Amino acid sequence: MLQIHCPYCRETRAEEEFCYAGEAHITRPPDPRGLSDEAWSAYLFLRKNPRGLHHEMWRHTAGCGRFLNATRNTVSNEMLETYAMGEQPSVPAPGEGEQR
Amino acid sequence: MERSTRTRWTTRRPNNYSGLALLKHALRKHENWQRAWRSPEPKSAYDVVIIGGGGHGLATAYYLAKVHGITDVAVLEKGYLGGGNTGRNTTIIRSNYLWDETSRLYDFSLDLWEGLSQELNFNVMFSQRGVLNLGHTLQDMRDIERRVNANRLNGIDCEVLDTAQVQQRVPLLDCSPGRRHPVLGASWQPRAGTARHDAVAWGYARAADALGVDLIQQTEVTGIRCQGGRVLGVETGRGFIGAKKVACVAAGNSGVVAAMAGLKLPIESHPLQALVSEPLRPCLDTVIMSNAVHGYISQSDKGDLVIGAGIDAYNGYGQRGSFQLIEHTLQAICELFPAFSRVRMNRQWGGVVDTCPDASPIISRTAVDGLYFNCGWGTGGFKATPGSGYVFADTLAHDRPHLLAEAFSVDRFTTGALIDEHGAAGVAH
Repeated sequence: MLQIHCPYCRETRAEEEFCYAGEAHITRPPDPRGLSDEAWSAYLFLRKNPRGLHHEMWRHTAGCGRFLNATRNTVSNEMLETYAMGEQPSVPAPGEGEQR
Repeated sequence: MERSTRTRWTTRRPNNYSGLALLKHALRKHENWQRAWRSPEPKSAYDVVIIGGGGHGLATAYYLAKVHGITDVAVLEKGYLGGGNTGRNTTIIRSNYLWDETSRLYDFSLDLWEGLSQELNFNVMFSQRGVLNLGHTLQDMRDIERRVNANRLNGIDCEVLDTAQVQQRVPLLDCSPGRRHPVLGASWQPRAGTARHDAVAWGYARAADALGVDLIQQTEVTGIRCQGGRVLGVETGRGFIGAKKVACVAAGNSGVVAAMAGLKLPIESHPLQALVSEPLRPCLDTVIMSNAVHGYISQSDKGDLVIGAGIDAYNGYGQRGSFQLIEHTLQAICELFPAFSRVRMNRQWGGVVDTCPDASPIISRTAVDGLYFNCGWGTGGFKATPGSGYVFADTLAHDRPHLLAEAFSVDRFTTGALIDEHGAAGVAH
């Protein structure tokens, strides 16, 4: 079972207190009507799904109830960091610039 | 040791397996059984290279050779044949899907299963013991009735059973009222059942090899070479292998392979777990599934209870999952079958499943000429092995989708023509 540190509760708690909430740092397009079908499809369905480091969201459902971000290795399941919503990861995934 | 040095493996094409052959080999102390397939060195180029030596990839190779006469084919497998999800699933075969497109595809596959042992001259131990999908709430029962009606309109053998009928079929199931998961009824597909998962891979491998297909194990694809929007071949741990067509059937790693060609797929990979108990005397002669409690169970011919869990919600490529999912599944199984509460579990493992947003597979050409994908089977690909291979081989051979595969093009995520099978595929496999 994963051990996840909640940046709001400042406690490391068992995975069962959390719900996975998908890839992090996806921004809803500001003008969906202006998008092509391909761009809208990409926003809805295309995910990075990396074999390796992944920035993802969890929700501390049985704790503070807030969403948080995490960087996890999808092969080893190692949790490298968790950070608050609105913040940027300190560990970039391969092929990712520091700028995101 | 002396025994193994005396064994002479012949390099001839496999002989027919039969009762007479068994007797003949028994008289010779079983020392001259031929290898089931060759282990050739890869050639520098092939007409078709298939990435992934699981059931779907091997079936694709077999039907390419058998139906379309395309025998200059290599199957590249990074591990051993059938060592991925083919060897890790709970072997349930059924076709009671909701929508026309999916039920036709899975029912076509079920038709092929019925003749598969004869076709391959390899006993895949297909056992049509039927599948029950339990309903525990009124809404479950409404969904079951809707699905059974849809199945019957598509000519699939399905019926709705009430509590008494379920109890009659499965005496060990606790159907008493007031339970945590009361059994209000079930859908019943008599033609459904199970098969021996390894045998399916081995049967297709042996039959494909006999038709001239090269099965190349321990060879991982590390890149896909493309030029001018056309595929040229694949980079492997053993060098470049040229190919006129490249077909990816890599299940959980499909997204990784797609990225090698600069493509993105609407797929996320998740761990999915299963476990088996110690062998028991025969006590369960059908397959029980329950979407609501996330569990499904059958008894193998060897006697062990085969139990499947749900997927982990998070993405993962490690072939293992979270322990709490196993715990939830076993809680439900023990609620449904109190008699199993003291059965000891033998082994537990995980596979990596490639799930699509609509819980239906992708069988498709891509933006790269000569590059094809067959993936996204998610939690329930094993049952589709023969049908998937058949329609994918046809798609490859003619460079256009097979009639049954048309609806499963990757384009559907742009056009919006999704095939939502979460109800029928959800947890159930």
